[in-house]
Amino acid sequence: MPSSPPSTPQTDTPRPSSPGAWAWGLLLPFLGLLWVPFYNFREPAFFGFPFFYWYQFAWVPLTSGLIYLVYRRVK
Amino acid sequence: MNGTGVDWVATSVFVFFFLLVTVLGFVAARWKAGDLDLLHEWGLGGRRFGTLVTWFLVGGDFYTAYTVIAVPALVYAVGAYGFFALPYTILVYPIVFTLMPRLWSVCRQHNYVTAADFMEGRFGSRWYALAVALTALLATMPYIALQLVGMQVVIAALGFSQGDLPLVIAFIILALYTYSSGLRAPAMIAFVKDIMIYIVVIAAVTVIPLQLHGYAAVFAAADHVFQAKGGATGITLKPGQLLPFATLALGSALAGFMYPHTMTGVLSSSSADSIRKNAMLLPAYTILLGLIALLGYMALAAGVKVAHNTEVVPMLFLRIFPSWFVGFSFAAIAIGALVPAAIMSIGAANLFTRNVWRPFVNPRMSPAQEAKVAKLTSLVVKLGALGFILFLTPQFAIDLQLLGGVFILQILPGVVLGLSRRRCHWISLTSGWALGMVVGTALAVLAQMKPIYGLQVAGQTWSVYIGLLALAANLVGTSLCSLIVRDTRTAVQPTPAQLS
Repeated sequence: MPSSPPSTPQTDTPRPSSPGAWAWGLLLPFLGLLWVPFYNFREPAFFGFPFFYWYQFAWVPLTSGLIYLVYRRVK
Repeated sequence: MNGTGVDWVATSVFVFFFLLVTVLGFVAARWKAGDLDLLHEWGLGGRRFGTLVTWFLVGGDFYTAYTVIAVPALVYAVGAYGFFALPYTILVYPIVFTLMPRLWSVCRQHNYVTAADFMEGRFGSRWYALAVALTALLATMPYIALQLVGMQVVIAALGFSQGDLPLVIAFIILALYTYSSGLRAPAMIAFVKDIMIYIVVIAAVTVIPLQLHGYAAVFAAADHVFQAKGGATGITLKPGQLLPFATLALGSALAGFMYPHTMTGVLSSSSADSIRKNAMLLPAYTILLGLIALLGYMALAAGVKVAHNTEVVPMLFLRIFPSWFVGFSFAAIAIGALVPAAIMSIGAANLFTRNVWRPFVNPRMSPAQEAKVAKLTSLVVKLGALGFILFLTPQFAIDLQLLGGVFILQILPGVVLGLSRRRCHWISLTSGWALGMVVGTALAVLAQMKPIYGLQVAGQTWSVYIGLLALAANLVGTSLCSLIVRDTRTAVQPTPAQLS
């Protein structure tokens, strides 16, 4: 539910909100990086980096971003 | 190495930075002052490290000097396969985010200092805790020794062909300030180390490709070298390398934060929230590691030839950088060895004190005696690692470190089950652990100390990381045993803190 505004003041319940479905998003890096045939090639290159390399580098900020999305739900 | 004598400019810069961190190491005892006669103060910095300190500390601890030397060496030798370090150090963070804040909360609540403390509290057995502690000690010792290998390589590259004396001096200094300041010393030094490494790597990945006509040319040159070698490896993976690559990445990611040094870094945090934030922020170091890995290709493109692959990075820097910057970058690598070596020895000392000495030798230790035992253990552990390198071959340390990765994975089921509400008897966990240890060791020996074992299933060979196979054996053993022994204690109360 991306529409839920983060600014909504939360009532101070002792139990933090459950990460729920969002936590499944943390499995995406595993799918994206462990299924190696999906990215084991050279083209398209980017700034001289073959696809194999820049694809893996791209997952670094993507993974941070996914963790951030889940973090906002559990905070 | 190349017999051209000692580079005094580089050596002076090197010594300057080394002295700087030595002073910091001793001054650190007063930082965020606490009573260093208490184990959680000496061995966990009083759990006072906020998000920023934790970021530097864990970054300096998880991405070790040996990594800076070994990853480019592997990429230099085998190409794309060596890049498994990248998915490894990405996938580790969703795992950290999921497990570690909860582990921190439980440990904070009960003043647990080690993973084995946690196991003992959760499963009510000092014997299972002992198994966990010995596993972690066994995994850590060769890891400390490898940090020395990293240091030895740069000292030799400065021109000291008989590199043992400087190494011994450096290590004694390290042992002394770790003894007096505890975890505060590597935490403070980590700031210097990490900033230096960032400077070196940013300089390297901008300056070197300029000299070598850009990244496209670097990759093309590397490709050319691998084809000339016969094409068994290359700048993309060969079909037979896909499964080893993926399983090594996954297995290493699962093992990454089970080690005592990474665990110590996490437990020294001041809050569960700062661990969550670090799971988002630490991947910055993964970018750095990916760039460091590329140094292997740059060395190929620059035509660097070495007798041992571990010399790749020092030789490349000597070729490309002016003397003063060579000294700076070698200092960064050597200091990069000090931080994890200190934290590893502290983690090992905490384990020995809490989970071996106290339960089995002296249950009535006072807190001050506890801290004393830990300090002395940290000295012994470091001397042991030094002896390892001086009197045994580095290859022995490398083989043992590989086994250490397989071993440390066997404590993962205890951590995960300890955090869940599912109950499990310690006998089941211990049986699974024993099975995992035996299977892992046997497969590693059968594979002649290579990390990959070729499993024959349905007439096909599946080459899989041994750590994962051993973990599978562990889980099967634990599950089967659970059918027989039940945890009959009253329900383990999931504490509120555990869930926060």
